[in-house]
Amino acid sequence: MADGIGRVRFMDAQRVNLDGFATEDAPLGMIAYDSPADPAPSLVVRDGRVVEMDGRAEADFDSIDEFIARHGLDLDVAGEAMALDDLAYARMLVDPSVPRAELVRLAAGMTPAKLAAPLGLLRPAELMIAMTKVRARRTPSNQAHVTNRLDDPLLLAADAATAAAFGFRELETTVPVLDDAPSNALAVTLGSVVGAAGVLVQCSVEEALELELGMRGFVSYAETVSLYGTHEVFVDGDDTPWSKALLASAYASRGVKMRVTSGGGAEALMGGAQGYSMFYLEARCVALARAIGAQGVQNGGIDSASVAASVPKGVRSLTAENLMVMLRNLESCSGNDALMSESEMRRTARTLPTLLAGSDFICSGFGSIQRFDNMFGPSNLNAEDIDDFLAIQRDWGVDGGLRTADTAELEHLRRRAAQVARDVYAWFGLADYTDQQVELAVDAAGSKDLGATDTLAVLNAAHTIKTSGLTGLDVVSALEQCGYPDEARRLLDMLAARVSGDYLQTAAIFDEQMNVLSLVTDPNDYLGPGTGYEPTAGRQAEIDAIRQQRSVDDLRRAQDDPEEFARFAVVGQASAGTAAGEVVIGLSPAVGRAISRTLSGLTVSEALAEVLAGLEEEGCTARLVRINDSIDLGSIGLKAARLAGSGIGIGLQAKGTALIHRRDLSPLANLELYSVAPTIGRADYRLLGVNAGRHAKGATPDPARNPYSDEAIEARYHTRVVALVAIERSLTTGGGPEELRWKGER
Amino acid sequence: MSGTAGRAWSGREASELSVEGVVGGELGPDDIRISPETLRHQADLARAHGNPQLAANFERAAELTGFEESEILALYELLRPGRTSAEQLRARADELEARSAPICAAFVREAATVYERTGLTA
Repeated sequence: MADGIGRVRFMDAQRVNLDGFATEDAPLGMIAYDSPADPAPSLVVRDGRVVEMDGRAEADFDSIDEFIARHGLDLDVAGEAMALDDLAYARMLVDPSVPRAELVRLAAGMTPAKLAAPLGLLRPAELMIAMTKVRARRTPSNQAHVTNRLDDPLLLAADAATAAAFGFRELETTVPVLDDAPSNALAVTLGSVVGAAGVLVQCSVEEALELELGMRGFVSYAETVSLYGTHEVFVDGDDTPWSKALLASAYASRGVKMRVTSGGGAEALMGGAQGYSMFYLEARCVALARAIGAQGVQNGGIDSASVAASVPKGVRSLTAENLMVMLRNLESCSGNDALMSESEMRRTARTLPTLLAGSDFICSGFGSIQRFDNMFGPSNLNAEDIDDFLAIQRDWGVDGGLRTADTAELEHLRRRAAQVARDVYAWFGLADYTDQQVELAVDAAGSKDLGATDTLAVLNAAHTIKTSGLTGLDVVSALEQCGYPDEARRLLDMLAARVSGDYLQTAAIFDEQMNVLSLVTDPNDYLGPGTGYEPTAGRQAEIDAIRQQRSVDDLRRAQDDPEEFARFAVVGQASAGTAAGEVVIGLSPAVGRAISRTLSGLTVSEALAEVLAGLEEEGCTARLVRINDSIDLGSIGLKAARLAGSGIGIGLQAKGTALIHRRDLSPLANLELYSVAPTIGRADYRLLGVNAGRHAKGATPDPARNPYSDEAIEARYHTRVVALVAIERSLTTGGGPEELRWKGER
Repeated sequence: MSGTAGRAWSGREASELSVEGVVGGELGPDDIRISPETLRHQADLARAHGNPQLAANFERAAELTGFEESEILALYELLRPGRTSAEQLRARADELEARSAPICAAFVREAATVYERTGLTA
């Protein structure tokens, strides 16, 4: 005997139970909000200088306190902000009459603990309303990961173009092999300019190398500038607030956008939480991000998302982290990147609030490639989920930044991207790729489809890029001379954008006309229903028109089968029969006219052949009658029964639903109903015929049972049913029943 | 729109940048390099949009525009934990001061003081 009971063994086997769930443990920092060690908010200012912050005196400030105290707080509003009641500020966050600017003004005077307090009071729906109101940019957007296990440049280029075609406005790559980084940065940049204009590209690697790639023009933004909430973990990361701030200035000095990275649970994961809650430590990170002058923050768990998700209210705190960034008047790149659960429901539930509320970037890395090719580790959403995401956008009518890409256009872009990469690599003497390798990359759904590749060639290419002093301008020149003038122009536009610096401002992205959308140029103006971002008609059409949608006309065309229709010929008006063993099969109006196949994929003739064979087995005769004044199956079956010598009729709709009826019953009472048309196969129709025959003879039928099924039959077929019923109804003439002759094979 | 598409480090207008110019070798890195004036203008914009810290970052950056990339990387390296002494940091601050980077100089001096107190010096 197995342990326990079957019901719990069954539950234990569900995928959610692969996830780790931790008991709250404040000393280890395994607590989302309100650890006993978290300080009460405080701020003491003497002669314009902060001398105490969040319960710590100036002499005891660690490097993080010190930086926030010296640079991060607006002391002009601090008095007013620190005196605000937490609940009062929490209510302002969801009050449509309080504008974003006022919330941001007050937050600038709040210490980390002070801003954490009201956010801890918000319930999930309140967090979402606040996110909708407080995010910096009016237009939401999304970021993709573009990587592969082999660092194959042709596939990187093709996948970068693909991600751009799906609507991602930032592409982030990284490397399994650090030395490959310059090649990956180049390949993704090449693919991005094939896919669309104005796509930002970054290569996430060690700080100094990432900066060099940015300065040389191989990438157009940076994100891997990590902040931590405790001094010790910060120093373990080999940085200080001052070195990070200098890094921020270094990027700006070359006109390159950057944001920093933090995220709840990171300190607990590194064993350095010092007993503080995840949310309080993140409040310190976000205050520091503002203090060092970063324009934005990637947070909401990130690498430690599953750590936060393992404790009570952990997922809620991830969303609150994003909101905190917005309140610090910074761009939110809202996590949803690391796969935080094996459960489809949990990972969806984690991301849905961000998608519905809208963010500057819904995901700080939607894996646009398959999970196994994501060198950051699988994202919460991946290539496996793009169609799901597009459907969810459409379901809720929200803009998650993505759009459907036309299949033919996608093939064209992938081929062009792979060719561009091959030609530019050849131009610089980096590597030689064959036509066959280009075609493999075009078709590949992932690096597993590439066959054997030469990974040393990638390493050599990267080494050459690094040591030869190549710059982004050299790539512009190569693109032009290789015959890709549009791509050359797009890349030059990205480099030229550094001159104006407009995309250094908070939450800046480019649209496809190279307009900068940012806090400055596209500020969020949400103030309750009827205000704020609404997709334009064109954008709404992109959201709505997923490639799987079908109209009644599409279905009518798919059902058009003249050969099948020709099997049915009208003999004349139907009349009542008298033979004792006669069963009449009533057919719906569209049989032989407009609908050729049942929902299970059989032709109507194939279904009919089985029914007739079943009747024949029982020694019954059959007549076919098309009922023209009803599409209701009960009515069709009953009318057939009343025409049958035996008093037994069969109703068969063109879509495959069927029943057995008897002349003395009411329309909705029947003898046997085969209702789930998509699951009715040949054997079922045969059984239907046999049982109808037995009813006609007064013998005992063996009733049909529903098959075992856990499929979403209705989701799969209901849209088709609506269209098929519309077709049936359009053919309902109101005329009397017609006797049909059927010329099928038996 | 902010309309700041002004002149590059080289003095050339951003609108003059063309692919032909790149291919012909008339355009170089300084033509796609941001100028200190533009960064100060962006700092004003950031301040006007409620973010004086972003403005301060752009003002530090404006001073760094004149530094070689290797010099900036070296300064970053120096500010990482445990790389150097407070005295050396102050000496570097003096150099920055002498090269018309007073904001960065004050920033490095501040770091020197904090690093001494919090154990971040070598």
